[in-house]
Amino acid sequence: MEDTSSFAIRMEGITKRFPGVVANNSIDFAVRQGEIHALLGENGAGKTTLMKILAGLYQPDEGQIWIDGRAASVHSPRDAIDLGIGMIHQHFMLVESHTVAENIILGLDVPRFVLNLEKVEREIAKLADQYHLLVDPGARIWQLSVGEQQRIEILKALYRGARILVMDEPTAVLTPQEAKQLFNTLRSMVAEGHTVVFISHKLGEVMSVADRITVLRRGEVEATVQASETSRQDLARMMVGREVLFRVGKRESEPGDVVLEIDGLGALNDKGLEALRDVSLTVRHGEILGVAGVAGNGQRELAEAIVGLRPVTRGQIRVDGEGVTNRTPREVMDRGVAYIPADRIGSGLVVNLSVAENLILKCYRDPPICNWFFLDGDAISGHAQELVRAYDVMTPGIETRTRLLSGGNLQKLILAREISSKPALMVSVYPTRGLDVGATEAVRRLLLEQRDAGGGILLISEDLDELLSMSDRIAVLYEGRIMGIVESQEARVEALGLMMAGTAPEEDGGE
Amino acid sequence: MADFSFLVIIVLSAGIAAGTPILYAALGEIFTERSGILNLGVEGMMLIGALAGIVASLATDSVWIGALAAMAAGGLLSLIHAFISITLRGDQVVSGLALTIFGAGLSAFLGFPYVNVPAPKFATLPVPLLERIPIIGPIFFQHDVTVYVAFMLLPAAWFWINRTRPGLHLRAVGENPAAADALGVNVVLTRYTYTVVGGALCGLGGAALSLAYTPGWIENMTTGWGWIAVGLVIFAAWNPWRAAFGAYLFGAISRVVFDVQMLPTAGLPQIMKILLSPEFLRMMPYAAVIVILIFASREAVRQRVGAPAALGQPYTREEAEA
Repeated sequence: MEDTSSFAIRMEGITKRFPGVVANNSIDFAVRQGEIHALLGENGAGKTTLMKILAGLYQPDEGQIWIDGRAASVHSPRDAIDLGIGMIHQHFMLVESHTVAENIILGLDVPRFVLNLEKVEREIAKLADQYHLLVDPGARIWQLSVGEQQRIEILKALYRGARILVMDEPTAVLTPQEAKQLFNTLRSMVAEGHTVVFISHKLGEVMSVADRITVLRRGEVEATVQASETSRQDLARMMVGREVLFRVGKRESEPGDVVLEIDGLGALNDKGLEALRDVSLTVRHGEILGVAGVAGNGQRELAEAIVGLRPVTRGQIRVDGEGVTNRTPREVMDRGVAYIPADRIGSGLVVNLSVAENLILKCYRDPPICNWFFLDGDAISGHAQELVRAYDVMTPGIETRTRLLSGGNLQKLILAREISSKPALMVSVYPTRGLDVGATEAVRRLLLEQRDAGGGILLISEDLDELLSMSDRIAVLYEGRIMGIVESQEARVEALGLMMAGTAPEEDGGE
Repeated sequence: MADFSFLVIIVLSAGIAAGTPILYAALGEIFTERSGILNLGVEGMMLIGALAGIVASLATDSVWIGALAAMAAGGLLSLIHAFISITLRGDQVVSGLALTIFGAGLSAFLGFPYVNVPAPKFATLPVPLLERIPIIGPIFFQHDVTVYVAFMLLPAAWFWINRTRPGLHLRAVGENPAAADALGVNVVLTRYTYTVVGGALCGLGGAALSLAYTPGWIENMTTGWGWIAVGLVIFAAWNPWRAAFGAYLFGAISRVVFDVQMLPTAGLPQIMKILLSPEFLRMMPYAAVIVILIFASREAVRQRVGAPAALGQPYTREEAEA
């Protein structure tokens, strides 16, 4: 080991157990003064847990921490702040109804009693200027975009004098341009002597921004490498533990008749504000139409409007030529529309029911499952066994309570139920979010099979790589509007990114 | 015309007197709910406070000690709720309802010997000079001291919540405890503190009833006023000023209803007899306050001044990740 004093962070032998899992198993992790260090790994690899230990939110069961070469005990977030550690969580820790200034001074000892926000706002403006982080200190958080909220999180850490900045999946919610801007900010912070740790599972950004990379897999350190001495392939292998195919094998699509036709659609979000403005698009049989966009630009509302869960205020929706505008979800379903919701546990499944019961949620009214009034137990278990086998759902049994399944298997369960109803159209929202590489591959394969069998798919995703590899065409949503629809073979990430940020494409392929 | 303004003064003055116990309880509940804890035990804490006030002031012959005892009793009772909902992370609705039932039962049991026993009370104490202002004086400044303390508590509560550092921490804990925790605010301590403060204020509300507004102890003497306070907090959008408006309004309507009951009903059509029947009239203050506050709060709701986002949700720092 090198001279320990050059390390901003040194964690040794960190072990953290949660009921049933070892999240961190004897982890050694060291970050040099003034570097950008990426913590890379799949979901559930233990990255966030390790950093929450550093931030004082979790207490390790074993292990030692040194900050700036001195042994440190981090028993609470307050200790971490005093040591100069600022953590920016994946889900921002901001009080939505409060102002920027109120959020930034929250938890500080000054002002002592009476809040003098004007003075604080001036200080914040000065600090923001210094790091080129544009914010309005008087604005309320809920009025701000995700990118702005992230800047406030950074300012919050800097205002507390943080020298070590830990960012958990900072680019997950950003457009490619915003991500670039963030990386510039991080570089300038490092130039001023700060140290940055950032958690990611995206190989590309890790390679482009990090000085060194530590790869975690299943709660253990796989390796720590120089970014300049490794490759995407190597990193992927370390992360997953085997070779990874970056592209799913996909046949040329054979689009048929139009299955979904949306014309001038408008809808409101939960706050009663306009979420969709004049959205028009079509999906054909045997085609995947990807919908790109930063989360919160109307994706959820679009999916819900189509499947009948959200009132449509304007425009028309037709499935196979029949109008389904503002019909009930069951009427829409009966027209052959299947729905893979973003929220698997909340709207996709009833997690307290068994696997078998979840599988009949769409066909419980029809024979052979239901005879006149009574459910047929044998038919239900036969149905369940068949689907569990066909879709490779890993479950101890069909009577197992669904909440005990892993995220990937929950998603396969939903896909089994939806695809087995032979839908003409599948509305699929963030189908691989939060899944590990294996489950992601399985889900994508199922979607492609469904397409090849002649189904139309509306695929809403935040993952541009996924959209580019899966879709035949890609529509970009920005603030509830379609910014453009491009053939995915001709699509460039930069152009999509610009559209995601609200810039209309220059040459227009005919709207 | 002179008669009419005389009537208005009587009604408004009575409204302030009757609204004061409710206002204490509502302010207490605002503090508690702003920290994210929903305590439906207001009625129970008011009853216990009312009884404790009587018992202590009879024992010491001091209404002041009676009021302090009422606060202590209310605070103590709310500590049970705090323990169940903060430490044990139990269901706050169930715990709060249990507290109301427990408080009502316990106060009835322990209070039996005190029913209709003459007890000391806060005397009417007109404020020198101010009481002589025409109209304003008789409405606001010819009351007992519990009314004046409420006047002072009101702006203090608003200032504390909106303009001080502890108030910022209080609001943050109720809105997003995880964010507050990550910045070093002690979520558990904050929630305990304001649950107990809220309970103490509910107890004081009970004492304002038993030592001032309707002196003496009667079983279940709060007659649902604790629930009015709980409702007021919601319809007042967690704002002390709106809560005061609602509490005083309730008091004033109660007074009007009381007077209308005295009207002769002989010879009126049947429908009017029903409308003027004591049973129907007694319902009016409750219904009217809720309806009026729904309309009064529409603007607040539009501006997203909603319930504290984490209201009723237990907080725990360490959660196993999926």
